[in-house]
Amino acid sequence: MSEGTVPRAALGNPAAGDRPVQETSPAVQAASGPSGGVGQAAAALASESQAGLEASQGKAAAELPATYEAALAALAEARPELVVMTAENRAAIRNLPAVLGARFIDVGICEQTMVGAAAGLALRGRTPVAHALATFLVMRAFEFIRTDVGIANLPVTLVGAVPGFLSDGNGPTHQALEDVALMRGIPHMQVVCPADEQELIAALPAILDSRAPTYVRYNAMPPAVTHTAPFEIGCAEVAAPGAEGGVTLLTYGFLLREVMAARQVLEECGVPAAVLNMRTLKPLDEAAVLRAARRSRLLVAVEDHFQIGGLYSIVAEVMVRHGVHCRLQSISLGERWFKPALLADVLAHEGFTGPAIAGKVLAEIGELGALSILDETLVDIPDGRGGPSHPARR
Amino acid sequence: MRSTNDTDTAEAAVAAPMELDQLPALALAVREHIVRMATGGGCFIGASLSCADLLVYLYTRVLRLSPAMLGDPGRDYLFLSKGHDVPALYGTLAELGYIPRERLAQHLRTSDSIYWHPNRAVPGVEFHSGSLGHLLSVAIGVALDIRLRGGANRVWVILGDGELDEGSVWEACLVASAFRLDNLTAIVDRNEFQANVRTEDLVPLEPIPAKFEAFGWSCRTADGHSFADLEAALGPLRAAPYVAGRPSVVVARTVRGKGLPSIEARADRWFANFTAAEIAGLLEELHGGESRALTSEGLVVR
Repeated sequence: MSEGTVPRAALGNPAAGDRPVQETSPAVQAASGPSGGVGQAAAALASESQAGLEASQGKAAAELPATYEAALAALAEARPELVVMTAENRAAIRNLPAVLGARFIDVGICEQTMVGAAAGLALRGRTPVAHALATFLVMRAFEFIRTDVGIANLPVTLVGAVPGFLSDGNGPTHQALEDVALMRGIPHMQVVCPADEQELIAALPAILDSRAPTYVRYNAMPPAVTHTAPFEIGCAEVAAPGAEGGVTLLTYGFLLREVMAARQVLEECGVPAAVLNMRTLKPLDEAAVLRAARRSRLLVAVEDHFQIGGLYSIVAEVMVRHGVHCRLQSISLGERWFKPALLADVLAHEGFTGPAIAGKVLAEIGELGALSILDETLVDIPDGRGGPSHPARR
Repeated sequence: MRSTNDTDTAEAAVAAPMELDQLPALALAVREHIVRMATGGGCFIGASLSCADLLVYLYTRVLRLSPAMLGDPGRDYLFLSKGHDVPALYGTLAELGYIPRERLAQHLRTSDSIYWHPNRAVPGVEFHSGSLGHLLSVAIGVALDIRLRGGANRVWVILGDGELDEGSVWEACLVASAFRLDNLTAIVDRNEFQANVRTEDLVPLEPIPAKFEAFGWSCRTADGHSFADLEAALGPLRAAPYVAGRPSVVVARTVRGKGLPSIEARADRWFANFTAAEIAGLLEELHGGESRALTSEGLVVR
């Protein structure tokens, strides 16, 4: 397997050029930068965390470390049963061996053995947090997850790195675009999809306290929104309020940033738009989805996932089960892999920038005319329905 | 969780080892259970018969375990990775008091959990199996934790020889060796057959000992139906690994269908569903009667 082709900090510290929007505060950049040399102990990680969070976050987050690695170190210190495992994927946890000693277990490029061993450790009372690239974790080791962790319903947390678009230039071997579909199909398995590193860190204690098998779609991007509500499994976050009769955009993971930008475009076009950051896809905040379905003219599920089995499917299932109907648009990868490139270019090419998402929504509701007030070169209009000056027609 | 290095507690509850000369009678009783489970839906009779002596030996002479110790973190763990030979385990657990013998009459009933593969609803079963190539990995996790906690207990895994086709077995072998898990022992039930075909006629496995040695394990072989031979190979592992810092493996040469010549003779009866009359005949054969002419068709389940 070719983890070696992941060229840079696949976890933890996305290169600046990969960020679709450059609005990170200096404090957050400092906090997500290199974590000091190996040999720095938990205290060093923790103090760095303190510095980062006090500058960048409000009081609600003031108790939390600022990096995933520091958060895991702090949790491991408080919870002796916690062990950190990896299938030789260390980018986000490279300083933990020095902190955790024998409780850091790197099995090499052996995803199946890692998951089986995680089950064995859990049988002995441990709570493993196991890391691998998302594709190889949920697909190479799928049957081990389903059979050893799933059937036994063990408290194993599976952290999948570079899911969805975050695999940027690696190519389709590394594109986890069915991970949500696969993991949510396993009885009792929770699926947690944090919007950014802050939400990821906030989710960790809730995941561990749940004692349920959990798949985490790892994402350590800087926050796109200020999270005010405490993280709770099964609770969506209203990232932006809308209005009765408007549209509601539902999303998860780092795409929240683009969806917030899309919402801005829609509002400027006179289309009120709410944004729901789903945060956990299983269990799902069904009440939030149903509330949105009842008050919106259109729901839009935006995800870097195949259309089958992800958020679009989930929302459809919820509405059918409750007999609530609302028009539902899918902005997803449909049935194809995406063009490998740096993340910002992937988003532009695949039509997942904020303006491109807005264009698709406006097309769906038949209000493309509203776009005339915007710089249409920013907007990827589907099906060639743009005017003659649109780039697609030139 | 209780401390696992409290071996005094563990030792106090361990059943005294049975004498070697008591084991043939016990193994015969286990085989009777296996034969009785080969009706009313049937079972994997051939693989169960090949593994029966091995399980009887381990449970009576090696494992630091007793019915009173289930749930004690200081116990030895046995994982049945090949899974489909679970009637031999059910029979052993019933004879040694882990489960009531009457429970075996619940084979394949929805009112109980005595079915074709192991599961944890049966006391004494450490983990479910049935999908080959899993439990060596699970055992690695248990062995790692025992070492983290400074425990003296050991972990035993029974692998089928056909199971060695699975790549995950060799992945786990690499990892066990890398972590120097010398508290881990695998036992290969080398009955020469996979579900339908001789292993050497399909995907040849030999030389098995050299393969394990090349993966960093220490290997010995034994006659899997000779308690004296098993004692020579497995007995020392109760106290210490063959080589410090290395996992150990014993390749136990066995015969599929052992104890019933009429089952040994034909491959299509290794999973079989017999009539009540045929079961009565097989029980006589088990006790030294002549081979039976069996007419029930073997079930092609694999």
